[in-house]
Amino acid sequence: MSAAVAGLVPLPYGREDLPGLLGPNWEEWLRTAYRWMLLGRVLDTRMLGMQRQGRVGFYGPATGHEAANVGLALSLRKEDWVFPGLREQLVALARGHPLGQYVHHLFTNGVDPCKGRQMPCHPTAREVHYVSMSSTVGSQIIHAVGCAYAMRLRKDPGAAVACFGDGATSTNEFHAGMNFAGVYQLPVLFFCANNQWAISLPVSKQTRVPVLADKAGEYGFNGVRIDGTDVIAVFHTVRAARERLAEQGPTLVEPLVYRMTPHTSSDDPTRYVPKGWMEEAAAHDPLTRLEELLDRTGVLAVTARETLRQELETELRKLIAEAEVTPPPGPDTLFVDTFRDTFWPLTEDRDSFDREQGGHFP
Amino acid sequence: MTQVTLIQAINQGLRQAMKTDPDVVLMGEDIGVNGGVFRATDGLYKEFGEARVIDTPLSENGIVGMAIGMALYGLKPVAEIQFMDFIYPAFDQIVNEAAKFRYRSGGQFPCHVVIRTPFGGGIRGGLYHSQSTEQLFASTPGLKVVIPSTPADAKGLLLTAIHDEEDPVIFLEPKRIYRTATGEVPEGDHRIPFGKARVVKEGSDVTVVSYGAMVPQSLQAVNAVEKMGVHAELIDLRTLVPLDYETVLRSVEKTGRAVIVHEASKFAGFGAELSAIISERALYHLKAPILRIAGYDTPFPYALENLYLPSVDRIARGIERTATAT
Ligand SMILES: Cc1ncc(C[n+]2csc(CCOP(=O)(O)OP(=O)(O)O)c2C)c(N)n1
Ligand SMILES: [Mg+2]
Repeated sequence: MSAAVAGLVPLPYGREDLPGLLGPNWEEWLRTAYRWMLLGRVLDTRMLGMQRQGRVGFYGPATGHEAANVGLALSLRKEDWVFPGLREQLVALARGHPLGQYVHHLFTNGVDPCKGRQMPCHPTAREVHYVSMSSTVGSQIIHAVGCAYAMRLRKDPGAAVACFGDGATSTNEFHAGMNFAGVYQLPVLFFCANNQWAISLPVSKQTRVPVLADKAGEYGFNGVRIDGTDVIAVFHTVRAARERLAEQGPTLVEPLVYRMTPHTSSDDPTRYVPKGWMEEAAAHDPLTRLEELLDRTGVLAVTARETLRQELETELRKLIAEAEVTPPPGPDTLFVDTFRDTFWPLTEDRDSFDREQGGHFP
Repeated sequence: MTQVTLIQAINQGLRQAMKTDPDVVLMGEDIGVNGGVFRATDGLYKEFGEARVIDTPLSENGIVGMAIGMALYGLKPVAEIQFMDFIYPAFDQIVNEAAKFRYRSGGQFPCHVVIRTPFGGGIRGGLYHSQSTEQLFASTPGLKVVIPSTPADAKGLLLTAIHDEEDPVIFLEPKRIYRTATGEVPEGDHRIPFGKARVVKEGSDVTVVSYGAMVPQSLQAVNAVEKMGVHAELIDLRTLVPLDYETVLRSVEKTGRAVIVHEASKFAGFGAELSAIISERALYHLKAPILRIAGYDTPFPYALENLYLPSVDRIARGIERTATAT
């Protein structure tokens, strides 16, 4: 696959800039970043296809968000906690959540870490401090603030990251989260992936403020918009912001990205996306932009990239084959985890289950 | 009369209301240009314009709060909450404001907002696109709670909510049957009064009380037990508040047996209220314990939703057991 795409906006770096931005191991860094971004793309392509075939129930792609997610993941520290919005699954993977477990989750089978309770694309990965997500837009923003308060009270070195979209900036929790974080001067990174749409509502109809990052000033701290399809810019900005959180208090980073797919597998964007949007989005395809840089800097040749893609596809195919034949969660999972202990009436629900649902009514 | 689906009936109802009353405005997330994620408002943005079909930012409490302000001034706002699972950010506006305006103002400020929202499971939506929490609203004095189960009722109850009511109405739409419930719907204006249950099928052996998507489900179960000689009477409540308890009691007095079916969790669910009313007022007619068939007392699952939701099978067994208990 050639990276030379008509209209593509190239990344604004040459070979000479990269050691300064990424350190002496910059080539390795680029290969790592590319691998994760490519994994995100391969996953989205394959899973959207499987959703259309009815083999998974739902899929929420993050195509166009790869640079934002990978740049974020690579800039954080192990002890940091991530409170995801709707499209940060790749952050969990790049922080070390096993791909196999995520694929089991996509098939919501008996090995899915959340026991098949959530729709696909809602991973839970406590081992990498990736907090269980809610579909309720915005709800997690204020949780990150509470977590950051707890970290500081215990004198722990971590920071909390609240991930959310442009749409979430209209919620109460955005206001409460920004306000509280400012008041208590907490180590919170607000990471607002502005993909310019809340389903069908363009960002221009969500707020009168043209740059979402500007809202931070009203809460008494800094906000910065960056090119969210430039993985180097995201990494660089977030890492610097991350280092300052403890002394300076919260920061808002607004990576501007392009949603290159429907909102989810349930959406039909032809009803609302204006002409030219898809072309503009393609010109900012984070993966193609990085590939063009890889070509220019000679870091990872087309053939090596193709090999990598095939490796990822093969691995994914194997994991899918396993996940697809893994049985669903057992009925007993229905009755655990509502509380720590299972007490009445849950015990009775469980006991009546066999009586009511065993066998088959004629 | 034409055959339409439940979601088309709602669309027709909204169009009818907009056409006849310029005070009617619609508001919600993705309801304008996109026509609503379930297409309830399809075509209305084009027909009535952006001032009356309002695409709002993502804030449920903003939507309901603004609707309340409009209503206080005299408009007739019909707000859409995209999924009932996302109505809770607006809970304060609904429970503390809409439900109490009339009372706290000594009757000076009625608060006529209609809040439509799709609810219930069966669409593989997991715990945030499947909830049924009608009991939270039914137990809040000041709110009317409406749940249609057929296209004709959907249109008729919606037009009553918009034109005849002066109280806040929580209008719950069983999204699982948005496209599978079809039927004839009267053209033009069509109203179904609140507080009048519908006897879906008459029977003498046992009374089955239900609402929403569990009505067609219960009807299948009633038809299944009929083959075994059990004649069940099926009642669709249509509105939980006001409640047509008389139709329920009259039926239970006749059959002496009662089964209540809803997909919301059982504990402290609406079935508990129905069960209490039947016990308080028809105890001496009962020949068997009242049975509630409901969702389990857990959050809504994803992979196992078919085990969570009362199935035709589970309802049929329950009806049969209650009808034959001695
Ligand atoms: C509180 C709430 N209201 C409505 C929805 C339905 N919904 C799901 S995603 C979405 C838009 C979110 O937009 P944004 O925050 O920009 O995130 P994006 O999907 O663009 O990444 C809406 C309205 C929801 N999930 N939660
Ligand atoms: Mg968005």
